[in-house]
Amino acid sequence: METRPKADVVICGFGWAGSTMAEELTRAGLNVVAIERGKWRDTSTDFPPAVDPDELKWHTRRNMLQPMSVETTTFRNNTGQTAAPVRNWSAYQFGWDVGGAGTHWAGMSWRFTPWDFQVATQTKERYGAGRLNELDLDFVQDWGVTYDEMETYYDRFERIAGTSGKAGNLNGQKIKGGNVFEGARKREYPTPPLKDTYWMSKYRKTVEDMGYHPFTIPAGNLSQSYVNTLGVTMGPCTYCGFCDFHGCGNFSKSSPQACILPALMRRKNFTLLTETEVLHGVKSEDGKTLTGVNCITADGTEVFQPADVVCFTAYQMDNVRLMLLSKVGTPYDPSTGEGTIGRNYNYQTCASMTGFFDDSHMNPFIGAGALGVQIDDFNGDNFDHAGLDFIGGGGIMGYSTDGRPIAHMNSLRGGAKRWGSEWKKAYARDYSTAGNIFVQGTSMPTRGNYLSLDPNYKDRHGQPLLRVTFDWAENDKKMTNWVTDKAKEIMVNAGGKDINLERQTDQSWNPYSQDSSHTIGGAVIGADPTRSALNPYLQSWDCPNLFVVGASAFPNNGGYNPTVTVGALAIRAAEAIHTEYMKNPGALVKA
Amino acid sequence: MNRREALFSLGSMAAAGGLASSAKAAELHGVPAQTALSADNMPTPARRGGAFQVLTDDTDRATVKAVFDRLIPSDELGPSASEAGCLEFLDDQLAGDYGSGKALYLEGPLRPENEEAIMGSPQFLSTPRERYNTGLKALEAYAQKTDGAAFSALSPDRIDAILTDLEAGKLDLGKDVNGQAFFELMLQNVREGYLADPMYGGNKDMAGWKMIGFPGARYDYRPYVDRHDQDLSLTPVSIIPSN
Ligand SMILES: Cc1cc2nc3c(=O)[nH]c(=O)nc-3n(C[C@H](O)[C@H](O)[C@H](O)COP(=O)(O)OP(=O)(O)OC[C@H]3O[C@@H](n4cnc5c(N)ncnc54)[C@H](O)[C@@H]3O)c2cc1C
Ligand code: SF4
Repeated sequence: METRPKADVVICGFGWAGSTMAEELTRAGLNVVAIERGKWRDTSTDFPPAVDPDELKWHTRRNMLQPMSVETTTFRNNTGQTAAPVRNWSAYQFGWDVGGAGTHWAGMSWRFTPWDFQVATQTKERYGAGRLNELDLDFVQDWGVTYDEMETYYDRFERIAGTSGKAGNLNGQKIKGGNVFEGARKREYPTPPLKDTYWMSKYRKTVEDMGYHPFTIPAGNLSQSYVNTLGVTMGPCTYCGFCDFHGCGNFSKSSPQACILPALMRRKNFTLLTETEVLHGVKSEDGKTLTGVNCITADGTEVFQPADVVCFTAYQMDNVRLMLLSKVGTPYDPSTGEGTIGRNYNYQTCASMTGFFDDSHMNPFIGAGALGVQIDDFNGDNFDHAGLDFIGGGGIMGYSTDGRPIAHMNSLRGGAKRWGSEWKKAYARDYSTAGNIFVQGTSMPTRGNYLSLDPNYKDRHGQPLLRVTFDWAENDKKMTNWVTDKAKEIMVNAGGKDINLERQTDQSWNPYSQDSSHTIGGAVIGADPTRSALNPYLQSWDCPNLFVVGASAFPNNGGYNPTVTVGALAIRAAEAIHTEYMKNPGALVKA
Repeated sequence: MNRREALFSLGSMAAAGGLASSAKAAELHGVPAQTALSADNMPTPARRGGAFQVLTDDTDRATVKAVFDRLIPSDELGPSASEAGCLEFLDDQLAGDYGSGKALYLEGPLRPENEEAIMGSPQFLSTPRERYNTGLKALEAYAQKTDGAAFSALSPDRIDAILTDLEAGKLDLGKDVNGQAFFELMLQNVREGYLADPMYGGNKDMAGWKMIGFPGARYDYRPYVDRHDQDLSLTPVSIIPSN
């Protein structure tokens, strides 16, 4: 085993969370080593415009994603079953290579609402002290950090990412055209919103006529060129329509490559190890802290990287797996409800529908990952739930991501055949007339949903795979049924015919029939160490020099994509490390 | 092997070598000085004009052609699958990382019933290349047994009937082949070939894209985004011009 020179901070996993933390920590003068199991990837060398518009390679074959042969998860719906490994591409879409999933995400750049951070407190206040218990939602708990405390960090991340959008709530003042339901922002978005496609304009008009409050989705696809807070220049999005699962050849998609690496890589106090996989943290003799991490390189060499502070930033799933493999904290046990590592694992409750518009030209190939119009009138707690049998809600978006021909080949009117001349006719007729709505909802934790190490299946290094035990919460099924009905009214009012509706909660969860990649929880933050793995600075309650940063920290899911909240939490954690922890190592919050 | 083919295969050997030797950990201080395109991240066009690499058995090739040309027949909307190059596409895909199942998790134990129950669909430890090999042989054996003829000699209506039963899970191809799953695999691949960039061997003359009005590998729609509800009649372009 080779031992490397000691670092102040070692960062394990180099996607959005890892690169954001590295930027903050090196700027403060700390000596940082980041470790990434994938390769170096950059815009000009790996996904220039000449290579990027290739659906087969990037979208169908998922060439940028982490293959299951490197590591996969096992899955079951409940503890009565034996989990099976996920052998093929599925809803689990893990990033790898430098940039992580941040290289090929779609760019929907949301803040969570103030309610999402305090579901427990606010539900009790608004609907009565016993409401959560009545809904079988005793695992719902506050984050221990509020939206107002997060605002500065949200702002910092958006200024790095260059997010395009329009404010709907500036310092409490509601602004038409923005999202009037959002938490108060201190200033406008860095760049203005993207343009409407034809479908978006139709959707916008429809929901406006229905009395709702449409706005353009905040996007990490930039509407114009922008110089970010790190001095890096980004270009305008060309609506190329090859965005999610693809890199961006135009430097227009917020990503570690486009926004952070040009500044970070130049810093003398930063080192990046590629093709090196972190196996687990190594405990000190007294077992109270970590001395560093053990890794294995692509050529099979084992390496020990010592550090004063260890950050797991390996994406939600691997964050939890690394905690379990490092034996930090107590694994969660659903039979007793005790233990915190693996607790509050969760997903995103979604529904989608397609309607067809006779003789129209939607030109679906004009698209961008985060191009869409949304209403939040039925998201979170933006509407009164008195008299309803659930809490939470969903955003309803009319979107124009792409017209990739393989991806949409089954998007046909009224059960048309998928082969023969009938398919050719149907696809030729329907391709340019489809309009799509997506409902992206909140998810509430339950006692039975959790993560643990699998007893049967191993990865290529012989370490146990992570096992997911998950099925939909009853609350979330009721929520999505109700919100999806609202979404369907919109589609009908817009004039969509032969509506294909897919409500994901209609059957038990399984990885091959879901749309969303958004997995959360498993190492959550909170104020109570018996119910959370981490304190609100994402510091382990059990091991004060370990910070675990990613959507693994979310105790519940908002009706939004996760990444901007991940980025904001990462900056906040990194700031706490360089301003507080390094001066006075130990717990930042008293248990 | 003629000289041109030899050059092609040397090229692909060099690319494969490059991939293997790049499995090396690196310590980076600053952006790497190397600015050439990363070989392992670039598309590898299908070989043109050479012999088939995987579909080498004449009967297998005739069977898959017969299936593909019913899944996508020639009609007024465009060429058939084989006319559009979907066999060359399939052969090339099966010869590469897709065919060898490089991305798949293929560790045991395989507990077929449990895995199917949990995942809602059958799971396999075999690669796409192996599944075509066994699946095509099973289709041929089935035709010989029930119709006393080669699969490729069956009438279009008869093939349609077989495919319809396969799709519905009503046709048993023996214990080694899940007929319904094999149908789905073929249906997926043939349409991939018809709709992927022509550099991969199919979608010849961008016939698949013309059929639906997809403009291909363009990268900039800023001049068009405001032209709502118009037929833009954009001629498709491919990443590397075909032929
Ligand atoms: C197709 C797609 C579309 C998406 N669209 C959106 C969207 O529109 N909006 C949104 O908010 N979010 C979106 N997401 C999610 C978003 O990409 C993630 O939330 C975000 O990238 C998470 O950042 P992260 O740093 O936690 O993980 P990642 O960015 O995935 O980075 C984790 C890194 O850790 C590395 N790693 C893992 N294990 C190890 C180990 N043991 N040793 C060393 N390195 C390791 C991985 O290789 C990877 O590079 C999308 C995701 C996908 C896949
Ligand atoms: S849609 Fe825009 S941001 Fe996305 S890859 Fe294309 S140019 Fe880049």
